[in-house]
Amino acid sequence: MDAISTAEAGAHHGHPTGLRRYLFSTNHKDIGTLYLILAVVGGLIGFLMSMAIRAELAHPGIQVFPGLAALLQGTDPTSIDAGKNLYNVFITAHGVLMIFFFVMPALMGGFANWFVPIMIGAPDMAFPRLNNISFWLLAAALVLLVLSAFAEGAPGSLGFGGGWVFYPPLSSNTGHPGPAMDYVILSLHLAGASSILGSINFITTIFNMRAPGMTLHKMPLFAWGMLVTAFLLVLTLPVLAGAITMLLTDRNFGTTFYDPSGGGDPILFQHLFWFFGHPEVYVLILPAFGIISHIVSTFSKKPVFGYLGMAYAMVSIGFLGCIVWAHHMYTVGLSLNAQRYFVFATMVIAVPTGIKVFSWIATMWGGSISFRAPMIWAIGFIFVFTLGGVTGVVLANASIDRQLHETYYVVAHFHYTMSLGAVFGIFAAFYYWFPKMTGYMYSETLAKAHFVLLFVGINLVFFPQHFLGLAGMPRRYIDYPDAFALWNYWSSVGASIAAVSVLLFFYTVAEAFWRKRAAGANPWGVGATTLEWTLSSPPPFHQFEVLPRISGSGHQ
Amino acid sequence: MLIGRRYFFRRAAATAGAILPVLLFAGLAFAQVEGRPTPGGLGLPATVTDVGAETQFFYNVILLPVISFIGLFVLGLLAYVCWRFSENANPVPSKLTHHTGLEIAWTLVPVLILVFIAVPSFRLLAHQVEIPEAAVTIKVTGNQWYWSFAYPEDQGGGFSFDQFMKTDAELKEGDIRLLSVDNEAVVPVGEVIKLQVVASDVIHSYTIPAFTIRIDAVPGRLNETWFKAEKEGVFYGQCSKICGKDHAFMPTAIRVVSKEKYAEWLVEAKKKFAKLDDGRVKLAADVEQR
Repeated sequence: MDAISTAEAGAHHGHPTGLRRYLFSTNHKDIGTLYLILAVVGGLIGFLMSMAIRAELAHPGIQVFPGLAALLQGTDPTSIDAGKNLYNVFITAHGVLMIFFFVMPALMGGFANWFVPIMIGAPDMAFPRLNNISFWLLAAALVLLVLSAFAEGAPGSLGFGGGWVFYPPLSSNTGHPGPAMDYVILSLHLAGASSILGSINFITTIFNMRAPGMTLHKMPLFAWGMLVTAFLLVLTLPVLAGAITMLLTDRNFGTTFYDPSGGGDPILFQHLFWFFGHPEVYVLILPAFGIISHIVSTFSKKPVFGYLGMAYAMVSIGFLGCIVWAHHMYTVGLSLNAQRYFVFATMVIAVPTGIKVFSWIATMWGGSISFRAPMIWAIGFIFVFTLGGVTGVVLANASIDRQLHETYYVVAHFHYTMSLGAVFGIFAAFYYWFPKMTGYMYSETLAKAHFVLLFVGINLVFFPQHFLGLAGMPRRYIDYPDAFALWNYWSSVGASIAAVSVLLFFYTVAEAFWRKRAAGANPWGVGATTLEWTLSSPPPFHQFEVLPRISGSGHQ
Repeated sequence: MLIGRRYFFRRAAATAGAILPVLLFAGLAFAQVEGRPTPGGLGLPATVTDVGAETQFFYNVILLPVISFIGLFVLGLLAYVCWRFSENANPVPSKLTHHTGLEIAWTLVPVLILVFIAVPSFRLLAHQVEIPEAAVTIKVTGNQWYWSFAYPEDQGGGFSFDQFMKTDAELKEGDIRLLSVDNEAVVPVGEVIKLQVVASDVIHSYTIPAFTIRIDAVPGRLNETWFKAEKEGVFYGQCSKICGKDHAFMPTAIRVVSKEKYAEWLVEAKKKFAKLDDGRVKLAADVEQR
């Protein structure tokens, strides 16, 4: 009886269209598309902010931000203070946007929603309605974050300008008594809830909905990456939620968790924040690790080299990522032994990361490499991520971090892993799966030109920042001594090249939709062995009405 | 475009001038004034402490060559693989997916490299953190947005003063924009100086790159660091933890002088800052003490 009524419901289940399809969507591919659109919006706002920052820093002195503050916040255009405040608001929002509203929604919300169910042979996510609310919570979080820029923060100024790390007392009533910080806290609560719910969904899906025959050790590496990512989020986001809730009560209800005058400790917040914050950087990069493995394997026409090593390298990176948080805090006055431990643990992460880099190269070794656009992006990823990785080894040493902490060296390091690493991973994934998602092929030439422009531009932005950091230029500065002018100038030149590459990207996408070149089910040939390439492009609204059966012992 | 064309070329020439010496003397420090950033500088600033010299040795002689080698090695491997195993050069892919020896090698070799780095790293860390017997102890307080210094009574002090950045209007010949301050803190050369660092409002961070010191100023917590400057001069630093609107405008400066001069300065400073015990008064007018 039950079985019959279920079958009936399935038969009558038409395709929703228009607003109903997207607003109320429970389809993992539609929700994935929504996430990708949100990522474009969040990423674009964050990117425009970084352009304003680079424009300001192109020359010594304060030129851009007072006018920008007048434009955006209606302040007096001659008020230098309003400009200084807006600069801090921008660097804060740039960080929060790029992490929570660009990289996470693109990799986890977008590509993982789209492809994890397909790659493991599942018809959809385990909890489709949960998937829907995960997305809309994030959209609401984005609105709250943008609103915070127009609420009072520090006395007499608009927005919260305390850095994306929100250290109290700057983020408490001492530094920002106005409601801007409360908006940010609530925004993070929603974004955190969204990520936790999404992670629960991924864990359940991956554990319970793999196609018959697909054991964990045959699962594609992107699904492995997402599994580790989801666990990291479920383990660490509640800690952030607790930390910012205590901040909220400090601000509004008279508690003193972080206030020494009431027996609290501002450093407590830093421990709690980085207990989440450090795993978070692996949340941003692990999905990209998985994607790069697929792309390298596809275009080398070879299975992934050392599949189990690759999978367990991600697991160990995830585990180690949870026990190294205080390497962000070497200068807060940690004891010598605490510093020694965090140096040691942090350096260990270089080992599994090295395994990944060398395994990617070994996957290419002996292959028959076709240099299609996604592969070019993947090779670029391996190189820039290696550069970001080795400066990470430098900064792991507390003794050197003493010299380089809070300087542009750190900015260069994490942008090499994130702004080049994770972003190259996103673009590699985009060009890899765009034909599958839309059914259209983009122009190979444009996609490669996009790569060349962004590679040149963004390396020019961030490589000279190593020099600035070594020379001692602190980060989060709106103005700097004239000695730092040279490399800041070149960094800004690079930013304008990167800006052109972003325009080219949008043109590339528009051109693909306009020309409508049919991509076919598998545009990449024999190397593309994961399940998404067995479906049509774009895939049917509901895939795998008959579950695929995985046989043989080959790894993906 | 963010940048004007004429400026572009002027900068291009300056950049070529800055890059050439590096190509010639990669990794070596070139002529620079201690205590302040070198225009277009590429490496760590000159240092005047033993711990700083050890730090620079660790970076310039151990870390920089190792990471440069790894970066170039990976780049070389990628280039070779792209050339040797392109579709045209190698039409039939191999099916090799495991090589236990190789996998053990690329696990063990990085471990050995890390051990090689860790030994000097831990030694240096102890030298930085363990504070020797200090000749002079100074209390430094971070405020929004200036530093305060207190010299204890039992060491010939008993006064405190505030240190503000000089505004553009206050700059004199030889001053550095965004670095020069009204009241420099003064310490004797060749003595161990202990800084006790706190904050009165939000978190700041006290930094002097030439001494390789950086310690956060946190409300409710007394942090300590130390240095022993081996050369006289003025050494600048900038607040290194975001602290609000004027984060970029609260530099600090320490003047290192001979022991005799330091004794004289103590006497002068005692008179000059006697009336400033209540703290927050800025006397930009009577700062001239050179």
